[in-house]
Amino acid sequence: MDPECSQLLPALCAVLADPRQPMVDDTCLEKLLDWFKTITEAGSSLLLLQENPCLVELLCHVLKPQDLSSRVLSFSLRLTGVFAAQEDCFQYLQQGELLPRLFGEAGPLGGAAWTAPTVRSGWIQGLRSLAQHPSALHFLADCGAVDTIFSLQGDSSLFVASAAGQLLVHILSLSMRGPAEGPPSLQADDWPPCAQKIVGHIEESLRSTATPQITQALNVLTTTFSHCHDPWTQVLWVQLHPLVAALLQKDPVPAAHSLVDLLLSVARSPGLSSSSCGLWETLAQTLSHLSPTQAGLLALGILKLQDCPQALRAQAFAVLLQPLACVLQATAQGPGPSGLLDSTAADSVTADMLLPSKAACVGLLCQTLAHLELLLPLPQRPCPWPQAPLLGAAVTLLQLCRGSGSPASDAGRQLCALLLGCVRVQRAALDFLGTLSQETGPPELVTQVFAVLLEYLRSPDSSPTVLKKAFQATFRWLLSSPRTPGCSDLDSHTLLFLRELLPVLQKRLCSPCWEVRDSGLEFLTQMTRRWGGQAGFRHALLASEVPRLTEQLLRDPESYVRASAVTAMGQLSSQGLCVPPAGPEHPGSQQSLLGELLHILSTDSEGFPRRAVMQVFTQWLRDSHADVVGDTEQFVAGVLQVAGQDLDWEVRAQGLELALVFLEQMLGPPRSHCPYAVTPPVAAPAGPLTQALQSLCRVRLFEFAFRALFDCDRPVAQKSCDLLLLLRAKTASSSSLQEPRSSPDVASVEAALQRWRAGDQAQPLGDLEPEVVLAVLRSMDLEGLRGALAESSDHVEKSPQSLLQDMLATVGILGENEADCY
Amino acid sequence: MLDCGLDMTSTLNFLPLPLVQSPRLSNLPGWSLKDGSAFLDKELKECSGHVFVDSVPEFCLPETELIDLSTVDVILISNYHCMMALPYITEHTGFTGTVYATEPTVQIGRLLMEELVNFIERVPKAQSASLWKNKDIQRLLPSPLKDAVEVSTWRRCYTMQEVNSALSKIQLVGYSQKIELFGAVQVTPLSSGYALGSSNWIIQSHYEKVSYVSGSSLLTTHPQPMDQASLKNSDVLILTGLTQIPTANPDGMVGEFCSNLALTVRNGGNVLVPCYPSGVIYDLLECLYQYIDSAGLSNIPFYFISPVANSSLEFSQIFAEWLCHNKQTKVYLPEPPFPHAELIQTNKLKHYPSLHGDFSSDFRQPCVVFTGHPSLRFGDVVHFMELWGKSSLNTVIFTEPDFSYLEALAPYQPLAMKCIYCPIDTRLNFIQVSKLLKEVQPLHVVCPEQYTQPPPAQSHRMDLMIDCQPPAMSYRRAEVLALPFKRRYEKIEIMPELADALVPMEIKPGISLATVSAVLHTKDNKHVLQPPPRPAQPSGGKKRKRASEDIPDCKVLKPLLSGSIPVEQFVQTLEKHGFSDIKVEDTAKGHIVLLQEAETLIQIEEDSTHIICDNDEMLRVRLRDLVLKFLQKF
Repeated sequence: MDPECSQLLPALCAVLADPRQPMVDDTCLEKLLDWFKTITEAGSSLLLLQENPCLVELLCHVLKPQDLSSRVLSFSLRLTGVFAAQEDCFQYLQQGELLPRLFGEAGPLGGAAWTAPTVRSGWIQGLRSLAQHPSALHFLADCGAVDTIFSLQGDSSLFVASAAGQLLVHILSLSMRGPAEGPPSLQADDWPPCAQKIVGHIEESLRSTATPQITQALNVLTTTFSHCHDPWTQVLWVQLHPLVAALLQKDPVPAAHSLVDLLLSVARSPGLSSSSCGLWETLAQTLSHLSPTQAGLLALGILKLQDCPQALRAQAFAVLLQPLACVLQATAQGPGPSGLLDSTAADSVTADMLLPSKAACVGLLCQTLAHLELLLPLPQRPCPWPQAPLLGAAVTLLQLCRGSGSPASDAGRQLCALLLGCVRVQRAALDFLGTLSQETGPPELVTQVFAVLLEYLRSPDSSPTVLKKAFQATFRWLLSSPRTPGCSDLDSHTLLFLRELLPVLQKRLCSPCWEVRDSGLEFLTQMTRRWGGQAGFRHALLASEVPRLTEQLLRDPESYVRASAVTAMGQLSSQGLCVPPAGPEHPGSQQSLLGELLHILSTDSEGFPRRAVMQVFTQWLRDSHADVVGDTEQFVAGVLQVAGQDLDWEVRAQGLELALVFLEQMLGPPRSHCPYAVTPPVAAPAGPLTQALQSLCRVRLFEFAFRALFDCDRPVAQKSCDLLLLLRAKTASSSSLQEPRSSPDVASVEAALQRWRAGDQAQPLGDLEPEVVLAVLRSMDLEGLRGALAESSDHVEKSPQSLLQDMLATVGILGENEADCY
Repeated sequence: MLDCGLDMTSTLNFLPLPLVQSPRLSNLPGWSLKDGSAFLDKELKECSGHVFVDSVPEFCLPETELIDLSTVDVILISNYHCMMALPYITEHTGFTGTVYATEPTVQIGRLLMEELVNFIERVPKAQSASLWKNKDIQRLLPSPLKDAVEVSTWRRCYTMQEVNSALSKIQLVGYSQKIELFGAVQVTPLSSGYALGSSNWIIQSHYEKVSYVSGSSLLTTHPQPMDQASLKNSDVLILTGLTQIPTANPDGMVGEFCSNLALTVRNGGNVLVPCYPSGVIYDLLECLYQYIDSAGLSNIPFYFISPVANSSLEFSQIFAEWLCHNKQTKVYLPEPPFPHAELIQTNKLKHYPSLHGDFSSDFRQPCVVFTGHPSLRFGDVVHFMELWGKSSLNTVIFTEPDFSYLEALAPYQPLAMKCIYCPIDTRLNFIQVSKLLKEVQPLHVVCPEQYTQPPPAQSHRMDLMIDCQPPAMSYRRAEVLALPFKRRYEKIEIMPELADALVPMEIKPGISLATVSAVLHTKDNKHVLQPPPRPAQPSGGKKRKRASEDIPDCKVLKPLLSGSIPVEQFVQTLEKHGFSDIKVEDTAKGHIVLLQEAETLIQIEEDSTHIICDNDEMLRVRLRDLVLKFLQKF
């Protein structure tokens, strides 16, 4: 600890011990604790206490009967734990009887302060920090802490209860680590008394009839098997396994969720050899005993396991598929297996679960779809993957939700009535359908997929979120649709679909609901980016009204829609898909898209459209868009001038991105920082360096970058700094521009920059000569600036000294107020 | 009589009445039978592959065979769409009763009738077709003429004079107003939330309650919300007027309407909205008011053409008390409740009585035209269909659910203009009905047969039918249904002076009884107990005779007894009074006390006591007095 802090510490301890000066902000106490942890991790706690006796005084002081705030008491308990984590310091505190007085019956445990959850939490966390060495175990046994922890497992505060469970696991693990002389016995009877006590408690809880106690025991075990992988855990599992299995005999299975967690954590534990412990049998049993909702979670967990018997995997997958099999069977036109599950057909339990209540049905279906969606991209997913029946199930669900399916059975009709108009299932099914596009399916099913997607996109009843999902799923299916051999264009079926889709998109772009217009535009952008260069797509798009409508949405009243329209128009224009507006009914439409976007950049009141314009312009510059190539300098100058004055920092940052692209085009790309990257032969700059720099000067790039360098928003300043450093590196080798022609210019620029830095940016730099710019760049400490910018903004205020001063100052202010009152 | 709507779908069998001479419609070929006989060619014309009657359109009247309408005392009207047949009933059937309706219903109903009369009268057609109605000939006609029902009862439209006369028979009522009908029942209109002034009706006696739920809506549109609470505790709830398009959600349809409208106008096309002059049009204009700026349609003119356009727009603004809460509060700001006032002020919405006159000089395209009639058989809409039908840029958007849009379009085929079907029917759908019935819990529901089964085309849609317990009682056309309750009680009033004279006796805690002697006076289904006239003083001969004729005999009444006889105490009392050798036997209904010595038997049951002794009147009287000691008299 540095001397300044040591000096401040006694005053702070005095303040903390004074009940008349309450610490209002307890984040300070957290920071203080963090600081002490850092100190004790780096050095001796004992030394710290000896050098700063005020700390022990504080700990002693909190024990006096007084009206001390529960926060300070909790802090003191935790602090004691931090110090006592080192065994010598533990002994030191033991000598002073401080530990039993803080953590034993005589301490807060028996007092009124114990009613505050924060004190109970502090007590647990203190013990958690302290329990690091064998001495601590003896201490815990002596002061009867373990019994208290048992009771805290059922605490009314969830945080306390959870921390108590974790502490038990920690103590168990610590006691099993045992003395240094050797590993603990693998016979449970020979385990240390503390471990036996905890295991005994767990056993008792597992035998209990009260679900909360069973849940606590299962949670402790789950944490144990997740964190400890020593051989003794296997002994523990062998011992407890019959008790856990016995839970399955109860109806309903108690604490099913915790049981699933436990079984999965055991199955994942590398310390256990699953086959020898009867785990697979228990898992199989559990799968068949739990309700479909609970079993679904377990099934997913089992399928994610790396090594697992094939039969169990098959059983788990069947459980996962059951609800969908049920749906398929309920809606099947004729008898026979649905194709999803041949042997089980539709399990009656699942059917019972699905039909009686809408909430249960929707919940189970959404969960199943989400689980299958998670499973699909995994390498260990079941093989063969029933792609076709799953596609069928997703399509059927979507049809049922729309009421467009025609189920033959009563169950199907009931299901239809439950699911009709259900947005949750629609969203889940569309997400799932989109994910299924990673695989192909039989052509007739794919036709059905596109038909149902079109139905959703067309339906006036589709909610905006459902529509967005339908657009996303459609795009994914279009991406996966087959290509005509030998041609990268869309195949004829897809083109037919596209011709049906575009009128729908047209209508959606005119929707009164802005979210729908927005998703429509995003979809259009995605499609254009992907297929904009392909003849079939271009032809269909140009034959529709979509480009013209998109252009009109640039003037939409909703800023998000304007932003999406800007992006879409940028994309359309890049692909040459913009229809020049013409005709007398479009007054003022003669101006080009570039002009319109510039207009948005300079006048739009919202940030999103302006940011979108900057992104489009940057992309255009990168792609050498026709509108830009004509007079790139004028374009860049115009954009930078407008962007530099923007109030939105993201627009200014994007301006720097555009400047960087221009700079690279003038001077060549930067050298790759990656040592293994393939470096292309150093390309000659686009023109002689002088000319390039003159061009940069003409577009006033330097003025823009220098202003950005002193920007009040750090990301802008950082970006500008990087850009100028790049420029300096690029020009370093140039000999022709070493000396400025007239040094007075340099001085005046530097003076102006000084004023800018001070906040006065009124004065422009005027026309700059490349030599002057280079001289200024060389004279600037850009590296230093970059270092300063890289520091977080509170790096000065984050020091421990500052923390202590702040805490004292806060109390000081309180004191002054108190004086004022007199 | 509950409502008297007019079936206007019959007009779909007729050729449109063009407002402006249409060469296409006036030069249609006559239709001839398969055997070549052409005697019908003046009456029937072939148009676009269909056969239409070339005559003044006719309407299908309410059923008149089943009941003599001159015996109907009262007609209760639910909303302005359900009164369109009123002139036929009040003017031609001998009806002499009263019609009850709310003020907006009458005023807007008048507008609808006026528009109808105007549409038909301003295109006079000399010809009236009747030959085709002959049953033998009708059989030979192609569908749908062949299948049209009750064609002989179809009538031409009424006149304005008949409308005025019919409306003069209407008695105006307000929501929750209680109206006595001949003392027999009380009827009360309640807000039904569907249209301005639309009502459901409660018909109740003192002990029975029947609710008549017609066109109702739970959506938040312009009218006052539906009053559900007052429908509770009904013995019978008659349910009708549900949405005609249960699969179309009105919100989605409004969105569809706006999108298609914008799409058409942005492409330089015109939009035609065939509609009624009141109702959904107010909501559509309100939606458009919010939408046009965001859709960049501020410069597009909206035209509302109807002979009653002006009155409809203005009436809507003055019925503040009949509007939803939001709109009511605007009146106090003061602001017009409907935003179409602002559309009119800013010249975005213009209204005209007809396309003749000012409209032709103001007309600017592209534009949106709201006009009638939704059947596309008469009204200004016929002209716009002829004018715009040839261009694919234009769109006709159907929003009224009353007519099949394909049938409405039949005489205009082939049609290049786009047709969009966005039926906006805000009336209750089946989900809402289920919720309503759960909330209101009537003992019985009575409804048309069609509501109790899914639509034939969607037999799997179990959600498209009424689901209630006990199952709804259904009825079909011309079926006579007995409502499942009997009137068992009547309420009787008691005159104050008679009530004063009563001396109640408490026979159980909280229950008192009194005997009453009175005259029951019944008039207009009201029953009143009046004090009996005092016994006439003996006076002159003639007078006395008359008085004795008038006054009913008032016998001296024996007191009434109440209470029960505790057997053990009774036996003890008997013993005290010298009876011995008493035996008590329990029977199913009570006890038998046997006085063996006296050869006497006392049968004590819940509601009777018999003393059976052998001709010993003295003993009987003694025993009777002992029994009476245990009972209360009054």
